[in-house]
Amino acid sequence: MGLTPRPESTVSYNPASQEGWVATKLDFLVNWARASSLWPMPFGTACCAIEFMASAASDFDLARFGMERMSFSPRQADVLICAGRVPFKLAPVLRRIWQQMPQPKWAISMGACASSGGMFDNYAVVQGIDTIIPVDVYVPGCPPRPEGLIYGIMLLQEKVKKERAADKTLRNEMEPDPKSQLYIPPSLIDELSEPFGNSVHQTRSGL
Amino acid sequence: MSAPFTPLVAGSALGAGAPSPATPHHVALAGGDANPSAAALQARFGDAVRRVHVVRGETNVVVADASLLDIVRWLHDDPSQQYEYLSDVTAVEFRDPEQPIEVVWHLRSIVYRRFLRLKVELTRGEPLAVSSVWDVYKGADWLERECYDMFGIAFRGHPDLRRILMWEGYREGFPLRKDFPLRGRFSRSEQLRQALAANPEARYSMEELSIADAFEDLPQEMRRRLSGGEQAGE
Repeated sequence: MGLTPRPESTVSYNPASQEGWVATKLDFLVNWARASSLWPMPFGTACCAIEFMASAASDFDLARFGMERMSFSPRQADVLICAGRVPFKLAPVLRRIWQQMPQPKWAISMGACASSGGMFDNYAVVQGIDTIIPVDVYVPGCPPRPEGLIYGIMLLQEKVKKERAADKTLRNEMEPDPKSQLYIPPSLIDELSEPFGNSVHQTRSGL
Repeated sequence: MSAPFTPLVAGSALGAGAPSPATPHHVALAGGDANPSAAALQARFGDAVRRVHVVRGETNVVVADASLLDIVRWLHDDPSQQYEYLSDVTAVEFRDPEQPIEVVWHLRSIVYRRFLRLKVELTRGEPLAVSSVWDVYKGADWLERECYDMFGIAFRGHPDLRRILMWEGYREGFPLRKDFPLRGRFSRSEQLRQALAANPEARYSMEELSIADAFEDLPQEMRRRLSGGEQAGE
């Protein structure tokens, strides 16, 4: 594909009075708009949700980051904030909510339990929501303070600002394996959720 | 319709001279005055009452499974007892494999300000089954379902005995039993696969929504949706 001569511009303007004109990159403009108006879908299941509410209240004021509008419907949400542990019984619900969110969408895993199962290394709790949905930012803490969550949100904003509109794969919906309904291989899930710490000694009962 | 509603006044059966309730201090681990209902039970039901012991000031009565429903009904209905409130149904399994599994009922008589703990001992090795008290206390419905879900104890006469905390179709067993491994029996990926295979809408049957009776009064559109089974909006 060779270079073609640039056609004469039909837009005429007086450079001396540039009022009402902004020249920018489309990526920058779109990403700036997206990062500055992330509407969160709060998925609060435990004590992290209390810290999340504190973040949204006046002291910490998520509205500073364009997040004042909590979207309790996933269909109008941009970022899923999973605050708290997710039991296996809720796993299909979380998956369904994630699938109901339209692109572009991101996910924040707030707190130790959502990120890794935390102290609940037991029969009922999912060992990290990244085994159910793709996660963009993990916020550590038990629970994280509002500053921690806000730092995670700002990291997500940085990530959003670095996205390229030309990269279509960013908006690809991840399709789970139809047989197992899992995004990542079962062997990897087993490997990542090996017992650790105290629970190593609790895998079998004393009987 | 049932009888008109009469409010229960706490301690009203004790008379005007009854002492006002106070938090007990320095309660002995064992021994002390037993709840008068225990003696009344022994007088009325004889051998069906196996043992009575007082622990931390609370009276435990171990009864025979065969007479459980009669005992509970008498405690509920008799004017001298009036145990109106079933606060909990649960079970206890001990590490010692010789000890039986106990099913526990917590009864409270509001008007007499009494608390009574009934127990039935279930021998290991036999099917774990006990009478349901749902006939007397309708509130036992979910409590017994939870006990079944966690311990695998079947309540005879329960109208709808199925899991309540774990999802339907949970196949790993009964989590609060001592032989249940803390992390479950299956691998993590298998647990996740089974959990994700569940349909989030499937549990909302018409019976659970308690609108089966009102079905004819529902709007046409809602009737159409419910009769076809609730579908996800996608």
